[in-house]
Amino acid sequence: MNTNEHGDVIEVTDLRRVYGGDGRGRGAFEAVRHVTFSVGRGEIFALLGTNGAGKTSTVEVLEGLAPPAGGRVRVLGHDPYRERAAVRPRIGVMLQEGGFPSELTVAETLRMWAGCTSGARPTAQALDLVGLTRRADVRVKQLSGGEKRRLDLALALLGRPEVLFLDEPTTGLDTEGRHGTWELVRALRDGGTTVLLTTHYLEEAEELADRLAILHEGRVAASGTPAEVTGTQPSRISFELPDGYHLGDLPPLARLGVSDHETAGRAVRLRTDTPQRTATELLLWADRAQVELRRLDVRSASLEEAFLRIARDAAAHGTDHRDKETAA
Amino acid sequence: MSTTTVGPGRAPVRTTAAARLRALARAELTLLGRTKATLATAVSVPLLMPLMFRSTVDGMDLKGTGLTVGSVLLPSSIGFSLLVAVYSSLVSVYAARREELVLKRLRTGESRDAEILAGAALPSVAIGLAQCLVLTVAYVVTLDVGAPASPHLVVLGLLLGLVTWPALAAVTASFSRSVEGAQVAALPLMMVSLLGSGTFIPLETLPDRLASFCELLPLTPVITLLRGGWTGHLSAHDTLGAVGTAVAWTAIAVFAVRRWFRWEPRR
Repeated sequence: MNTNEHGDVIEVTDLRRVYGGDGRGRGAFEAVRHVTFSVGRGEIFALLGTNGAGKTSTVEVLEGLAPPAGGRVRVLGHDPYRERAAVRPRIGVMLQEGGFPSELTVAETLRMWAGCTSGARPTAQALDLVGLTRRADVRVKQLSGGEKRRLDLALALLGRPEVLFLDEPTTGLDTEGRHGTWELVRALRDGGTTVLLTTHYLEEAEELADRLAILHEGRVAASGTPAEVTGTQPSRISFELPDGYHLGDLPPLARLGVSDHETAGRAVRLRTDTPQRTATELLLWADRAQVELRRLDVRSASLEEAFLRIARDAAAHGTDHRDKETAA
Repeated sequence: MSTTTVGPGRAPVRTTAAARLRALARAELTLLGRTKATLATAVSVPLLMPLMFRSTVDGMDLKGTGLTVGSVLLPSSIGFSLLVAVYSSLVSVYAARREELVLKRLRTGESRDAEILAGAALPSVAIGLAQCLVLTVAYVVTLDVGAPASPHLVVLGLLLGLVTWPALAAVTASFSRSVEGAQVAALPLMMVSLLGSGTFIPLETLPDRLASFCELLPLTPVITLLRGGWTGHLSAHDTLGAVGTAVAWTAIAVFAVRRWFRWEPRR
């Protein structure tokens, strides 16, 4: 059995991970607190969060590097920690930080890894996939940060994995390298690979993820498709007021459907759940008043705004959580 | 690129433990060849030390112990080789691979924990073994040691040493936070072994109570078996005792590694 009845390749139910303490929870740090999500076959799933949100702690359990302190985890239908031998040949892993001997060359590193990997693709092909062919004979210590990330990706892809775990795959990459990695990850997904990636680049999650979960202080603060997660957030309209005009000269903001506004000098920023209505009313007003709204910009909420809002809300409620836990 | 080249494919053949070990050992051998200082120490020191021991042993009162200069020096030299070429250098190797996150990275792959540690150990073990052979030949030629009276004890002693000491190296590496710290962590066991395992001073020349304590040290059974192999004077009782001690140390070391070995740096 490789998947559950929903076709999920990765299942995480009520996962907890605890560091330190006396083994009974006292003095311990709970890095992952009852996290639940699942990833379907051929899906790209992103775990988003600030540093310390619990992304890596979660992924390490899925990779089988550590047992969960609580809850249940299945990868391809198996317990990744207890059934390593069954899971490992079918997954590819890219850790947050390299882990290659610095004195080996790129080709030697790949050859070592290929010797430990079932059905490894030819090393030349793996190098070609990540664009490192010309660096094959260079020692790892001489690679740039971005090249090391790409070497790591090549190792993760070596065994043609069914499930790929990428922990911050593009950290340290330049724009071109980042787009190259995105293209590769998409191609992998289209070829049927299931991808779980963590990132703190919101743009990356927006670009790549079919579904995502935002982690905050070890909990899932929001999850769904990028559209679902951003859909709960208001859109934004910004522009500059013409000389001689003030905010009070606009029609009443409530009538425009504006829920919130900010001004900075002549710049105005409005938030609205009904961007079409607000923009229409605003433009009709400008037309009537025969003024030009410079730097006009209408945009739906980005993942970044959703993320910041969620982090802010969670921080506001965070103290309650902690109080409850100490009490319990 | 086409999706057929990047998509997943079920591995037609699973790797074998032997193939994985070979790949890991090959990489480690390449690395050893590139860390010249470690390699130079591991290769030269055990081969040079016997020359310095020689005068000490020449001055020893060996009457009544059944020992000769050769049968004292050769096992000591082999013991020294195990300490320097195998134990000490492997402590550094394990610490270095851990600090570079290589061990953690390897653990995400198909290799089992024991294979990762054994693969890293193989080149050092091979160097240790080669030294033992070189030393034996050299002694036979120059000191007229002669062929061992009980070769099976020699082989047994060597094998036990080559299994116990890499395991002890892995345990020791867990007690350090850096490669430099690993060298310091290796010192206590090296010093105790040099002084108390019959390497410099044959146990036969020590007071009884001290000698029976020293018999329990991890290097002692190796020296005892090697020396007994050459003299042929080791009783079945003493042989079993030595083998038992060596096996016990291996078991303790393996248990300790499974329980406490640190696969990634402390943060």
